[in-house]
Order: sequence, then structure tokens, then C-alpha cells
Amino acid sequence: MSASDGVAARAVDVWKSYGSGDAAVTALAGVSVDLEKSRFTAIMGPSGSGKSTLMHCLAGLDDVTSGEVWVGGTKVTGLKDRGLTELRRDKVGFIFQQFNLLPTLTAEENITLPLAIGGKKVDKAWFDVVVDTVGLRDRLTHRPTQLSGGQQQRVACARALVSRPDVVFADEPTGNLDSQSGAEVLGFLQRSAREFGQTIVMVTHDPNAASYADRVIFLKDGHIVRELLSPSADEVLETMKHLDSVVVPHA
Amino acid sequence: MLKATIKSLLSRKLRLVLSALAVVLGVMFVSGSFVLTDTLQRSFTDLFSSAFANVDVSVTPKAEKGKQPEPLTPQAIADVKSVAGVASAVGDVQGSARPIGKNGKVITTSGSPRFGFNWTGTGQEKIRDGKAPAADNEVALGGYLASTGGFKVGDDISLLTLEPKKTFKVTGIYEYAGGRDSLGGELSVAFTEPVAQQLLLGKKDVFSGVTVTAAQGTTDEALRDAVAAKMGSGYDVKTGAVLAKEQADQINEGLKFFNYVLLGFAGIALFVGIFIILNTFSIIVAQRTRELALLRSMGASRGQVIGSVVLEALVIGLIASIVGLGAGVGVGALLATIFSSLGGSSLQLAGIGVPMSAIISSFAVGMVVTVVAAVMPALRASRIAPVAAMREAATPDRPLTKITITGALVAAAGGASLALGFNQASLPLIFGGILVAFVGVALLTPILSKPMVSLIGRLLSWSMPGLLGRRNSARNPRRTAITAAALMVGISLITGVSVVLTSATKSIEKLASGQLQTDLIISGEGQMEGEAATFQRDVLTKVEKTDGVRSAVGWSQDGVLQGESQLFAVGVTDMPALTTMFALKPKSGNITPLKDDQVALPEEMAAEKGWTVGSKVSLQLAKAPEPRDYTVAFIWAKSQVLQGALVLPESASKSFRSDQIAQAFVQVAPGTSAADVQKRVEPLFADNPEITVQDRSAFVKQTTSQFDTVLLMIQILLALAILIAVLGVINTLALSVIERTRELGLLRAIGMRRSQVMRMITVESVVISVFGAVLGLAVGLALGIATVQALKDQGISEIGLPWATMVQYLVVAAFVGVVAAILPAIRAARLNVLDAIAYE
Repeated sequence: MSASDGVAARAVDVWKSYGSGDAAVTALAGVSVDLEKSRFTAIMGPSGSGKSTLMHCLAGLDDVTSGEVWVGGTKVTGLKDRGLTELRRDKVGFIFQQFNLLPTLTAEENITLPLAIGGKKVDKAWFDVVVDTVGLRDRLTHRPTQLSGGQQQRVACARALVSRPDVVFADEPTGNLDSQSGAEVLGFLQRSAREFGQTIVMVTHDPNAASYADRVIFLKDGHIVRELLSPSADEVLETMKHLDSVVVPHA
Repeated sequence: MLKATIKSLLSRKLRLVLSALAVVLGVMFVSGSFVLTDTLQRSFTDLFSSAFANVDVSVTPKAEKGKQPEPLTPQAIADVKSVAGVASAVGDVQGSARPIGKNGKVITTSGSPRFGFNWTGTGQEKIRDGKAPAADNEVALGGYLASTGGFKVGDDISLLTLEPKKTFKVTGIYEYAGGRDSLGGELSVAFTEPVAQQLLLGKKDVFSGVTVTAAQGTTDEALRDAVAAKMGSGYDVKTGAVLAKEQADQINEGLKFFNYVLLGFAGIALFVGIFIILNTFSIIVAQRTRELALLRSMGASRGQVIGSVVLEALVIGLIASIVGLGAGVGVGALLATIFSSLGGSSLQLAGIGVPMSAIISSFAVGMVVTVVAAVMPALRASRIAPVAAMREAATPDRPLTKITITGALVAAAGGASLALGFNQASLPLIFGGILVAFVGVALLTPILSKPMVSLIGRLLSWSMPGLLGRRNSARNPRRTAITAAALMVGISLITGVSVVLTSATKSIEKLASGQLQTDLIISGEGQMEGEAATFQRDVLTKVEKTDGVRSAVGWSQDGVLQGESQLFAVGVTDMPALTTMFALKPKSGNITPLKDDQVALPEEMAAEKGWTVGSKVSLQLAKAPEPRDYTVAFIWAKSQVLQGALVLPESASKSFRSDQIAQAFVQVAPGTSAADVQKRVEPLFADNPEITVQDRSAFVKQTTSQFDTVLLMIQILLALAILIAVLGVINTLALSVIERTRELGLLRAIGMRRSQVMRMITVESVVISVFGAVLGLAVGLALGIATVQALKDQGISEIGLPWATMVQYLVVAAFVGVVAAILPAIRAARLNVLDAIAYE
């Protein structure tokens, strides 16, 4: 099977366990999910729910124990290092919680880094659109150490978008930011999905951050347990509170 | 605190190994030198005591100053024999004898003597095959000569002695106790006594010494005293044991010098090692800043922090010293084995020993070097305020002003010491100056590294990984600078030496083309047991009469005594012809043929001695019964071709130790080709295979080719210093890879391929190495040119720059960079992306 039209990334009965025997820990227990194109999806869950593992597996950063993962038209499962590297370079964009930028490069060089690594030309018009959207026009020649945390994270966003990947994965992108900067970054991610049709998948444990998403998936103990569409922060918070009472079926 | 130190040491095994390796190699060089020379010294001592095993007392004629000793007469031997307590007294005849191999070339050794002697049947030599020589045309060969030259009993062998080539029949082959072919790689041949006397001493019925054995009940010392009393003051009378010790001491003196040379290079290697350890500790301390700050905030004092770092250094130094000592014993033993087999596998090695000096110096050097290198980083670590260190931003870029000013001052001090050293010809000042200058330049490297690294990097950064590599190498100027400076030391020394040698070659070439008006040069191949190979005067006459020869001049040479000082003198056959060929110009007096009581000398000798034309000079010639007065006929202006030589008339040659021609020069007739004349002249020397006829360019090449050997030796000895510097590059890269784990993880996460990661690390490595090489070349050029300037008066008039060699070093440095990057690059490429991102 392949990821059909309208789906940017797909997990099919994905299992992921670490260790073996008695010490084995199951992080994902048969997760299946379709992540639609041009949508901003948030994956939520308490610590240890497997939300980061799910993202890592979807993004080709980690392999799965069983099941299949697709990104765009590419079957990620079974790819060797070279294939995974190219997938990450050409089809996926990343925003990490911190340490997103290379200190030796300017903001502009950091933004175009994935293109430079792949030996691709920068689409100047698109670059300008992205840079203006994140509002970094006058910061392009600065080094990361000369930028604030929020600015750094916006550079990371611009970098993730500039190669027009199939999916942008954001791992707690606002985890290290103050609320003002966080709101800017989240607003930008939201606009990217709505205005540019960019598929975005964000892992977070912050209900407020999740409220920017079009769709929120809740994970607990390696299972998808709930799902909300365009929820408010309060709805997310309520759902989180009641996650404790959700009984997870054991395989 | 001790526990914390040890735990932290163990958790950094890789760093420990890398930084210790530099010390291990240095210590290995030191202890290896001691083990090698100690083993060789004991081997030579054994060799000589076995060589004099059956000599109780030896009698040789005493040489008067400046005069050749008169050989012993049969009467003297009879006198020795008449002394009470003498069991036997046998006259020895010994002298230089060079065998010619079956290929027509003279057989050479690597330093061991080649000699002939009279077969007496009473020596240590025992006939192994055939029989002792009995007729005038018969000889016996030492087992080593027989095996080297492939001679068997019944073969013919040609020998060069005082007389030209003579051919003999081999009647026997002899060996030494234990079936040994030789005692120490010497080539020896035994003649009948009259033949030995004629060929080796040049006279019938004379001896070079007497070997005396003591009768039962007489001690060697008593016998020596009795013989000395009988013979009087004209003779040296010594016991065999003393002779053995004297000869061994002479060799061991040379070995001691050899040891100093090796230790000098070991010192350079350790000096480079200091850079590496300093760098490693700086990086480790930087990475441990938070850990140390935690200790400080828990109440550890500054002293304790310093102590902890220094203790770590001590432990590393101790372990490295032990390993280095062990490795040094192995290397010393290996080199001793190689050395002994060089001499024809005939020097029997005494057992490998580990002298106390090796142990003491290993530990002293290893630990002192390590601790010295660790003190700076330790001080820096202790100065970090606990709160500052706990924060994320651990190592801010410190300004380079202070270090740059210090560097400039230190470099200037080094330069001053160097200049003073050259001025006063003081080696300690010169070497000290070079060392201090290195430290100064090393301190200046951080400030140089910014522009230089970006310049070098620009050539390599055509792609993104290249750009990142270049930026990374510019990231920490101090670290890059120290790593590069370590490489600089070795390369600058080689470059310096290379500049001096190239300049010397160029000077000689210029001299030869400008002032040497001779077409052919006839000379012996090097020194033969202290005497140059020579040929007969009648051969020179034949050369003169050869078709196409315009003129031919030759000289015999010897040392002559003037008062207390020894002068180098030549007896020239045709001074006016030599004047033309060497383009000599008179300084005072006219250049005329010398009369029997006249001498001529160069300007600088005249100035030194205070002689002018007409001065009377009293000279003692080796074979003259007494000193004789000569008058200075003329003085020639300073010439690079003929300097430091006193010219005597041809007639004086008869009183030289050998009146044969040592060197001759030929000018061909106009319109004649030198190559044609060379072909006609060469056959005249068929009986003198040690003599070569060369045209001017071949002669220059032969003279300068020894420089290549010197350069090669220095390159080999400095290879260790460069190897240690390479370790430093590996070390720096490995530590940087660890430090930048998260960055590498990020790069891999956003799609950098493994090959690109490796390329990035390789570019960084090459940039650092090439930076070090460029620095080394620059400093080496400066050192070399300064040395050449200082040696101007010694005849190095031209400055020659070894461009080709320098380009080679640059290429080698780039290659070294690539090699040094291999392991760190693989490590970086293998990082697990997820772990790397999560790395703290």
C-alpha cells in the first residue's frame, strides 16, 4: 500500500519496544494513524506516553519493531541509513525543542542548510516569503548567539519550511520559550498550514500549544486514546485530565 | 577529592589514551636512546677485550709531535725478548689493506676497519680452510672478508695497500674463537711477514709493534713495567686490558655523542608532546567546567581543584612513563639488533640491559612534561567562579590581547637569543633561542589563526560540509593554534635545515661554475682509515701527456706542525697552473713557482697568523728529522675554492706521510671535449679503483649528495615529532567530535549524509594541518635564512630556497590531515542520531 492522496504521513500498526525479555518496554503498541496533508496536527500525552517515539518513528529518526511507516509516497520502514538520510533531507523538516541551529553559521545559512547539504538551489521567492513570514529579514546575517531564544526558534521554523518538505515535525518547539515568543512560533506554524498548505506534526504536552492545531491526537501508554478537532486550550486540558481514567486495551 | 579525580579519569579513557600516547612516544625515544647506546657500549667493550685477549703487553713506537713514528726494528724485538718474565715477543705488522671484490670495486664497510697483517701463527686467528700463507704471492683471508667478497681457497684476490693493486692467491681462510668470522665486522687479510712489511709499512724488516705474553708467575703490570724500563721513553708500553679499554673508550665517546643527538631529537618530540598535553588538558578542563564548578560549590577550594587536575596529570604521566619505558627498551633492543647487523651481523651484542639512566630519565621526563603541561589549564579551571560555570554558556571566547602581547615578547626574546647565539657561536644560546622562539610563535598562533585559517579554508570549502569544516576549525582559535603549532615545530626544523643545505649546495654550485676553471677532477672516494685514497705520481705524469689535456695539477696532502698548531698543507706539483684553474688572485707578492724553501698561503691564514711576504715560518713535516724554516713567497686573496691550506713546494711532499697524489685537476685543451678526455684518462686509474675521474658537475653532485643524506637522517629523526603532532590533530578532532555531538546529531537529523559528515571533519583536519605546515614553513624559512646569514663567513654565500621540498611538506601535511581525520570522522559518522540529539 502507499500513502494515498490527502495523507502526508501514515503509521500502520506500529509497534516499538526497547530492550528484550522481562526488561522490554513497549513505547508504541500498535499505533495506526493518518496525518492529512496541509493540516497542523498535535500529538499530546503525558510523559512516557510514546508521543516522542511516534514522532521519531514517523520522521525516520528511529526504526519500528513492527508495522509500517510512510511519508509522502515513500515507505520509510526498511530504508537503510542513506535512504533515511535523504528522506530527512528532502521530505521532512525538523524543529527541535532546543539546539536547533549551528553556531558557526548565520541565520540565513542555517535556514538554507538542508538545501546546501542536498546541493539544491534556493528558491529565492519562497525563501523571501518564509523569511518575511517569520519576521527575520533584518536578522539574516546574525549568528545564533546574537539571537534571542524566540528568534532562534523562528530561524529553525524557517529552515524546516524552506525546502517545502512533505511534513514538518516539531518536537516541543515552544518548550524552552517564554509565552510571548511561544505564541509567535505557534502562530507561525498555524499560518504555514493554513496559508502555505504545509503539513505540520507537533509533539507537545502544553494544552495551550495544542490549541493552535487543527487536530489533536492523545496518546497514552503507546496507544492512541482520543482525538479532538480544532479544540480550545480548555478542551485539551479537560481531555488530558480525563486521560487517566481511559482504560488502555492490552494486546 | 582523590576519589573524584580517579573516577573522572576512568570515565575519560579515550582522552587518557590519546594524551598519554604523546608522552609515551617521547619517553620511548628517551629510554630507547639510553638502552641502545648502553647495549652498544657494552658490546664494544666486549669486542675489544676479546680483540686483545691474547695480548698481555703491547709495545709500540711513540710518535713525536708532528712526526711519523719510526717503525720498530728487529733489534727492538730482540730487546723486548730479553726482558725477564717475557714468555714470547712477536713482531706485529699492520696497515691499511683494501680488498677489491670480484666486480672490480673496492669492498667497503660501514665504519669497521680494513687492514692487513703478518701471519705469525701466534695470534687469535685459526685457519679454518686451507693453510697459512707461505709464499710472497699468498694470503689468508678473514672469514668475514671471504663471505662478503665470495672468496674461496684457491681464488685470486686483488688488494690495495701502500702500493697499487696487487693480486694474490688465497691459500687459507681463518676464523676467531667460537668460529666467528670477524671480531667486529672488520675486513682483514694476512700476508707473509716480508710481504706485509713491504706493502703495509713500505720498508723491509720493520714492525709496527710487539705483542708480548708473560711467563708463568709474572703479572701483566709487572711485565709492562719491566719492558718499559728496558725500552726507554721512545716506546708506548701498555697492558692488553688498558689497550682494550682505550679503544672501547674511544668508540664509546662517539656513542655518547650519538646518544646526545638522539636525546636532542627526543627532546624535540617531548616539546611537541607538551603542546598536545596542554591542549588535551585545556579541552578536558573546559568540558569538565561544570563538574569542577559543582565541586567548588560544594566547598572544594581552588587548591583542591588545581590539585585534582595536576593529580590527573601525574597519574597519566606515571602510566605513560611506565609504558614508554617498556616500549623504549623494545625499540632500543630492536635498533641495537639492526645496528649490529649493519656491520655485517658481526658485532656480537652484549645482552640488552636497562641502564638506571633510562629508568630515571623516563620517569622524570614523562611526569615533569605532563605536569608542566597541565598546570596552565589547572590554574584556569580554578579561576572559574562556581556560578558562572553552572550556567550553560561554559567557555566564552577569551580575548587574545594578552596572549598575543606575551607571544610577541617571547618570540622577540627568542630571536634576540638566537642572534646573540650566532654572534658568539654559542650552541646553547642558539638552541635555547629556537625553543623560546617556538613558544613565542605558538603564543602568536591564535591571532594568526583567524586570517590564516579562513584563507586556507577558502580553498577547501566549495561545498557545505567543507564550509562547516572550515568554520569549525576557526571556532576555537587557541585550540586550533596549539594543535597547528605542534606540527609547526617539526616542519620548521626540517625546513630550516633544508634551507641551510640548499643554500650550501647552491653556494658550492656557484663556486664551481664561477671559480673552478678545471674540467676534470681526480680524487679518492672518501677517507680510508683517516687517509685519503691516493695514486702514484707517474700516473699524473701520464695524465698530463694524455691527448687533449692542456694541463694537469695534483697535490699530496698532510698535516704539518707549526709550533703547537696543526696546519693542513698541500704539496702542489704546478702552482701557476693551479692558480689559473682556481682563479687565484695575488693579495701580496707575485704568484710564482715555489722554491724548495718557500710557502704560500691564503689571505685569511696570513691575517690569523700575522704573516706577510718574507716572513720566516718554521714547519715540522711528518718524515722530516726536524723542523725547517720556510719563507712566505706570496699570499693569495680570499678564495672559496682553496682556503685553509698552506701550499708547500712539490719537493716537500717527500716528507709527508705519503707523497702520493691525493687530488688532481685537469684542464682540457681548447676545442676538446672534457668527456672525450675523461674517457682517455680513466683507464690510467685501472689499478686504483678508489680513484674516480669526474667532470665538474659530477664532482659538485658528489660533494652535495652528502647533504641529502643529512636531510634524510634529520627527517627520519624528526618523524616522531611529526607523528606526535599528528596524534595531537587526532586528539583535538576526537575531543571536538565529542563536544559537538548534538550539533552532529542535528546535522544528521536534517539530512546530512555520513560521507558529508566525514568530509566536514576531514576539511577541519586538513585546515589545521596545512595551517601548521604553513606556519612551520614560515618559521623554518626564517630560521634557515638566519643560519645562512650567520654562516656567510663559512662559505655559504648564497641563499637557496628549497621550493620543491617545501611544496612536498605542504602536500604531506594535507595528507596527514586526511589521515588524522579518519578515526574521528568515522566516530562522528557512526553517531546515533537520536542519542546525539539528546546528548548532554
